[in-house]
Amino acid sequence: MTAIPLGVPRRLVEFTLDGEEVRAVEGATILDACRAAGKEVPTLCQGDTLTPRNACRLCVVEVAGSRTLVPACSRRAEPGMEVRTGTERVRHSRKVVLELLASSVDLSTTPLVAEWVKKYEAKPDRFGPDAARLDEEPRVDNELYVRDYGKCVLCYKCVDACGDQWQNTFAISVSGRGFDARIAVEHDAPLTDSACVYCGNCIEVCPTGALSFKSEFDMRAAGTWDESGQTETTTVCAYCGVGCNLTLHVQDNEIVKVTSPHNNPVTHGNLCIKGRFGYQHVQNRG
Amino acid sequence: MDLHFGDSKPTDEERAAVDSLLGPPESSWEGAGRFEEELRWARGGRAARDRRDLLLPGLHAINDRIGWISEGALDYLCRRLTVPPAEAYGVATFYAMFSLRPRPATVLHVCTDLACTAAGADELCAGVRARLGPGSGVSVERAPCLGLCERAPAALAVKAGDPVRTAVSAPASARAAVTAASAPGSAPKEPPAVAAVPQAGDASLVLLRRVGVVDPSSLDDYRAHGGYAALRRAFELGPAGVIREVTDSGLVGRGGAAFPTGRKWQATAEQPDRTHYLVCNADESEPGTFKDRVLMEGDPYALVEAMTIAGFAVGAHRGLLYLRGEYPRALRRMEHAIARARARGLLGEDVLGQGYAFDIEIRRGAGAYICGEETALFNSIEGYRGEPRAKPPFPVEKGLFGRPTAENNVETLVNVLPVLTMGAPAYAAIGTGASRGPKLFCVSGSVDRPGVYELPFGATLGGLLELAGVREGLRAVLLGGAAGGFVRPDELDIPLTFEGTRQAGTTLGSGVVMAFDGSVPLPRLLLRIAEFFRDESCGQCVPCRVGTVRQEEALRRIEERAGAAAADDIALLREVGRAMRDASICGLGQTAWNAVESAIDRLGAYA
Repeated sequence: MTAIPLGVPRRLVEFTLDGEEVRAVEGATILDACRAAGKEVPTLCQGDTLTPRNACRLCVVEVAGSRTLVPACSRRAEPGMEVRTGTERVRHSRKVVLELLASSVDLSTTPLVAEWVKKYEAKPDRFGPDAARLDEEPRVDNELYVRDYGKCVLCYKCVDACGDQWQNTFAISVSGRGFDARIAVEHDAPLTDSACVYCGNCIEVCPTGALSFKSEFDMRAAGTWDESGQTETTTVCAYCGVGCNLTLHVQDNEIVKVTSPHNNPVTHGNLCIKGRFGYQHVQNRG
Repeated sequence: MDLHFGDSKPTDEERAAVDSLLGPPESSWEGAGRFEEELRWARGGRAARDRRDLLLPGLHAINDRIGWISEGALDYLCRRLTVPPAEAYGVATFYAMFSLRPRPATVLHVCTDLACTAAGADELCAGVRARLGPGSGVSVERAPCLGLCERAPAALAVKAGDPVRTAVSAPASARAAVTAASAPGSAPKEPPAVAAVPQAGDASLVLLRRVGVVDPSSLDDYRAHGGYAALRRAFELGPAGVIREVTDSGLVGRGGAAFPTGRKWQATAEQPDRTHYLVCNADESEPGTFKDRVLMEGDPYALVEAMTIAGFAVGAHRGLLYLRGEYPRALRRMEHAIARARARGLLGEDVLGQGYAFDIEIRRGAGAYICGEETALFNSIEGYRGEPRAKPPFPVEKGLFGRPTAENNVETLVNVLPVLTMGAPAYAAIGTGASRGPKLFCVSGSVDRPGVYELPFGATLGGLLELAGVREGLRAVLLGGAAGGFVRPDELDIPLTFEGTRQAGTTLGSGVVMAFDGSVPLPRLLLRIAEFFRDESCGQCVPCRVGTVRQEEALRRIEERAGAAAADDIALLREVGRAMRDASICGLGQTAWNAVESAIDRLGAYA
């Protein structure tokens, strides 16, 4: 049985959420409280295993007394706070943020975004056909994974996962500034010339599919990627004694991608190159 | 940390540039030769990582010596500081003054911002390019505001070498700018700082009274003109007494946000967490602002003294002066003043024999408007990309290096001197009820006598413009710079106070007052403002990163349009502007639409 650490008992803070009194444990974010109350808040850059960067600004909510909207993902709930999540002001910012993103980035493989666009009545086309887009070619410079920065929303999650929050490899960083900012290794070199150890923990946290398994990328290109036809099986990695959990995504009896459960108390979704990419031997049939 | 370095090697010159900052490498871990005994121990770890804040000075050292930063040079710097090359690359590419591609040793930055555009910057650029031609060994770059608006149009030449040479040409002709670029060492001297103070000699001046009167290089001269009286008084009062005086004086921040200085100091001083820091924000980059430059060039010891007082009040023993990279003369003057003060015991282990230790370190910016935002400035000093942090926590709690930090603008700090010498009641008697003290205004554009003006709060916009000799045909006045707002020529009775401008629906900002006649079409100016924000957005949050691009695109579409033909795009601008204001992380995105909105609503642009 997995031991669940209970930690120090924490106080509850009381505040109002859309007019209703709610309680959240001290230190919880507004987003935690919203989700606990069953309110849907769209997020892209927020990750369940990472410190929030509040860069995408999709989760903004209105807090009484605050001049600007505040990001629900990183603002902690405070006693007496009055939070509103569905005001016209909130909806407007979310709508425009979706329009700005969808008009500049390829969001075709971003889960849920089509629903949000509909829900917030966003019209990304309104900036006209000449609106600047990222327009990056996918970078296929190794056999394991592909970086398609035309789909990148600059959520910083891959940088944080590669850096001091998980992997401590620091192979990638944000380079450049403003609209020209891109995730890159030093001197924008191919991945094979970088510090990358191919743990794939950046793919694990990428919210848009900008980082993907080469197998997934190739199958999408060939039109054979079929998520509905895939099964997911969680098992234990056989390479070493740590016992990381692997979730094998299988389509047509072939492993097409490997992820790891984020709620695993040891690995939090992180793997190494062997667990993430070392599955080919399984499908060497004779 | 798993550092990986490429095979590129630094040239001897690049190595020397880095070593001149960091000293020679001590082991093969840092890039020296490899000795057998070194294979038995590792160097690095916390001691090396603690030097991360030397990354930006290191990049400057290379760029100053060579003119650009090569792979080998960056790798070597990373080895020395134990910084992952990807992160250092991210930092180096953040700043406009660095290049990671080969470029000529000389770079001529031609200002193309508002005041310079109105004074013919486009013609200057074209003229310079025509004269230089290809293969001239000079790279001509269009620059955002160089803070020389009183002498528009302006150009700054930087010639890499040992030492790096700079020359300012302003007001610049194509010929003068080319001369400055080809031989920065022998270019004509800049006029003294006092040339930017049309009121010089006026006995009523408080903040500017020493500019042009004292020799900016002479500490004795400074002391003979009342220097260091305020610090003495500070030692008499003690830290709590200083904070009480500053609070009672009603002094609020002059950088644009108008936060009460006393409250900021109090909040920093009472933090139990040590070490405390004092940071002076001299990254004056708001287009149209040049007051801090004039203060630092004309009266540098005043800032040294004021920083010492502030450090004393908040319990800091280390002060950092983050100085804009485009201010070579202010840098020289401040370096000199700090060295002199240190030599005379006015900085160091025992300031004025009072047992208080304080020293000041200068950090140069490298071309990023966003680094004027306080938390972005901390990241920049710490050797990270100059991206703003989420607030809370606020700097008084977790600022520089995660420690309690008081961060003040140059003008704010210099105001502390009269607060202490004349006493809080006398200081508070200057100005109006809600805006106390004297205020500096940077007047430029269509006036006969552009420059820095000092007036007590409460003077009207019309009064100030009259003093500066506003020319016929005034069409619009920009208050507060690119992040500020336009007002009409019939609104000159607006009082120049925080409450007065707020009531009039505009902003005082950092004190920019830019007058425009009709010589440059308004849409052209708005487009320039939009370009500025697009260039200067750090790219961290979506509303600002993409919103500033969409704003520029829309303004470009309607540059020649009006009325119904522009209506759709104006509606679009309003929607994007509102989201930028509401949802951006920091003040840059939140104000990026202000000036355009005010031009549409107040001036009737595109109507």
